[in-house]
Amino acid sequence: MSTHSRTGKIQWTRKHLIGINDLSREEIEFILDTAQGFEEFSTRSIKKAPPLRGKVVVNMFFEDSTRTRNSFTLAASRLSADVIEFTEKSSSVSKGETLIDTARNLEAMGVDIVVIRHSAGGAPKLLTRCIHACVVNAGDGYHEHPTQALLDVYTIRQVRGPLDGLRIGIVGDIAHSRVARSDIYAMTKLGAEVTLVGPPTLMPARVQELPVKVSHRLDDVIEKLDVINMLRIQFERLGGNPFPSVREYSRFFGLTVDRMKRAKPNMLVMHPGPMNRGVEIESEVADGPNSVILRQVSNGLAVRMAVLFLVNQAATQETKEK
Amino acid sequence: MKILIDKNQLNEKIKQIAGQIVSNIPAETDIAIIGIRSRGEILAQRLVKALKTHFSGRILNGTLDITLYRDDLNEPKEVQPTVRSTEIDFDITDKLILLVDDVLHTGRSVRAAMDALTDLGRPRLMRLAVLVDRGHHEYPICADYVGLKTDVDESQVVQVNFIEIDKEDRVIVE
Amino acid sequence: MKNESQRILIKGGRLIDPKNSIDRVADILLADEQVVRIGSKLTEPADRVMDAAGKIVAPGLIDLHVHFREPGDEEEETIASGSAAAVAGGFTSVVCMPNTTPPVDEATSVEYVHRMGRQARKTFVYVMGAITKERAGKELSEMGLMTQAGAIGFTDDGSGVQDTGVMLRAMKYASIFGRVVAQHCEDRSLGKNGVMNAGYNATVLGLPGMDPLAEELMLWRDIQLVKKTGVRYHAQHISTAGSVNIIRQAKVEGLPVTCEVTPHHLLLTEEAIVDYDTNYKVNPPLRTKKDIESLMQAIADGIIDALATDHAPHLRSEKELEFLTAPCGIAGIECALSLYRKALIDTGVCDWSRMLAMLTFKPAAVLNVAKGSLAVGDRADVVVIDPDAQWTVDAEKFYSKGRNCPYHGWQVKGKVLYTLVAGEVRFEEKE
Repeated sequence: MSTHSRTGKIQWTRKHLIGINDLSREEIEFILDTAQGFEEFSTRSIKKAPPLRGKVVVNMFFEDSTRTRNSFTLAASRLSADVIEFTEKSSSVSKGETLIDTARNLEAMGVDIVVIRHSAGGAPKLLTRCIHACVVNAGDGYHEHPTQALLDVYTIRQVRGPLDGLRIGIVGDIAHSRVARSDIYAMTKLGAEVTLVGPPTLMPARVQELPVKVSHRLDDVIEKLDVINMLRIQFERLGGNPFPSVREYSRFFGLTVDRMKRAKPNMLVMHPGPMNRGVEIESEVADGPNSVILRQVSNGLAVRMAVLFLVNQAATQETKEK
Repeated sequence: MKILIDKNQLNEKIKQIAGQIVSNIPAETDIAIIGIRSRGEILAQRLVKALKTHFSGRILNGTLDITLYRDDLNEPKEVQPTVRSTEIDFDITDKLILLVDDVLHTGRSVRAAMDALTDLGRPRLMRLAVLVDRGHHEYPICADYVGLKTDVDESQVVQVNFIEIDKEDRVIVE
Repeated sequence: MKNESQRILIKGGRLIDPKNSIDRVADILLADEQVVRIGSKLTEPADRVMDAAGKIVAPGLIDLHVHFREPGDEEEETIASGSAAAVAGGFTSVVCMPNTTPPVDEATSVEYVHRMGRQARKTFVYVMGAITKERAGKELSEMGLMTQAGAIGFTDDGSGVQDTGVMLRAMKYASIFGRVVAQHCEDRSLGKNGVMNAGYNATVLGLPGMDPLAEELMLWRDIQLVKKTGVRYHAQHISTAGSVNIIRQAKVEGLPVTCEVTPHHLLLTEEAIVDYDTNYKVNPPLRTKKDIESLMQAIADGIIDALATDHAPHLRSEKELEFLTAPCGIAGIECALSLYRKALIDTGVCDWSRMLAMLTFKPAAVLNVAKGSLAVGDRADVVVIDPDAQWTVDAEKFYSKGRNCPYHGWQVKGKVLYTLVAGEVRFEEKE
């Protein structure tokens, strides 16, 4: 989608960000480089710049998510956009209005960017087909959560430099995780080697066809990892009981102080939040020296500012082409 | 293409600007020299070098990215602007700021730079230094210190090259 | 109260009547709802003479599996609109599924569907009754009374009968009435909330997958029950290589088991869903290339008894929902014949005669009705097909109310020119 300009610099042409799977390595790096320009905002006296002044961003959240929503709201505000918060927990169908009805209604108010979080995979893609505004995926079902993956690789790059050759473990409920999917694409495109770790009951169909290694025992792989990303066990999503008990899960797949002793001393510990302390990660590890969990949160802001800025730029270019 | 300033003249011009600054600002003043990305950044670094020996006060140096403050951001354009970081690792409040850019033309970049800077703090004084003032200002902005003041036709582009990022030092008109 | 019947002479067509092993150029004379004469260069007087030179003349097509949505969802389709679509597709008999609102689970509903079919006066409308009350899979429905009212078979289509005990009882009981018991095979404990095939694409799209085993396990289970009860059993829309093997084995064992395949399971794979286009959301879900190959082989081997459309119209607004919540189904009865041609004849899997067998006498045999044949004295259900006419599928022009058609815009070959039901022209292509 994006083309290289004469100067060798990439031209960003996407007015929607739906998934990392769609992006090239160059595009991912371009977003990360742009995000770097937003990193210092938190230290400024006026934490705001005008590039989205007069633009309207709507946060359409059909699923609970305080932190992602806050992060997007703050990112949009720092770019001087006006932000509408739209939260609808009940499914759209039950109240007789479809997702498309809702989106078209919002668009009629002159919305420029729609940030959408939805429990159904594909909902953001569906929006791109029926509204003109930019669409940014803030997490859809088990499909993708592109900004989370971008902030993950941003954080790794910030601490460890280029991802080429790094060994990264993603541990937990891969089957129901949009973060895992987006992470797999982002990390492998940037040259890392990804190993998925979890019980077979939490692995998706045909996982072996993804560009990853798969292990069912954390102890077999922990010593080799440069980065470990501990996914949240999402009790609300687990169907049936994919593992017998939380106690047994933590014993085999939890990141404990004991396990940390066997890991490389500089292994980065990540978690997309919110954490279940004592389930997938012990508190002492989450708050320990290897943890970059809070850094992920602050980087999330810079990455989301970059994404909002870029999709708006692409939309601006589109008006020229018309 | 016409050479406006050649390799040898360029250093002279920078010295000339430094001279204007020295004669205008007391030597014991703390001064923050902030270049606008990307050619202004290099000019600022060269001015820091040139002024070091003349000033007894502290000379701070920083780089300003004005992309987010451009007034054409929401207009379609040929080349997409790229956001880069602003690197100013000191508080600008109550400082004397010397804003540095390579060319003064419409004045729009300087306007953006002033907005960007005032979002970072409240300077005591702000001055503007440019290598070339080519005329045709569109905003009411003039430079305090100028290497070369000339009148270039609006259809032409003044391009500054620095050896640090280009092949050689020179200023040309195309 | 017989209508004044016209005498119609169809001249010079290639008469393909697979039941009677006929495939030759012949004239055919229809009168009094029947086939009166077959021969070359017939000169009998007729009210209407159709020139069928270069065309195929065949028994009217039979579709074992349609959803005409009446009663209850008349906004999606009515028996009248569905019947008009059916004759435009060359179908002179269709079997409506009972998963309407309310479901067809007692005699009055059966009679209602028949009445609406007669009023529409297009295709002949059969209906299957539900196996269980409310299609809930718990209590047997009144299969006897429904049989008396004309129900042609029983199924809980839309879902399978989950409880093995209930299914066994249903098959035992149904054996009294001699009607076929049909099943939508889907073990819900395995299939769960799956919305597409449980393959790589489901993983990438983050959509819950439906394991092929969900279909195969119930099919295998039912066949064990057939062995026990001896009841005639029909597996609806089979879609996997595993199901083919199970059916193949059952036939080897000589069990009274039949099956059907839809056009979409022959033409489309899960790879079509990359963009969350809900027009590709069907149940059973689109599978893989390997499954298609296996179904094709089964057709070549004569394992498949019937081609059935599973014509399932839905509102545009419903298909515009999220992939997860949008309803399953494809509206495609009007282009079905061309699709079968594309899938089977263009690929060399079978010839016209064998393909038409799966659309005429073989499905008639599944239902145990005397149809799908054009011998003298047979009912004059006839279709005239231009086998090579090229056309573009345009869902906007469907007689059906459904626009949920993934074939929209496809270039296809083979067009229905005339459809006659009981000797009366019910559809005529007007170009």
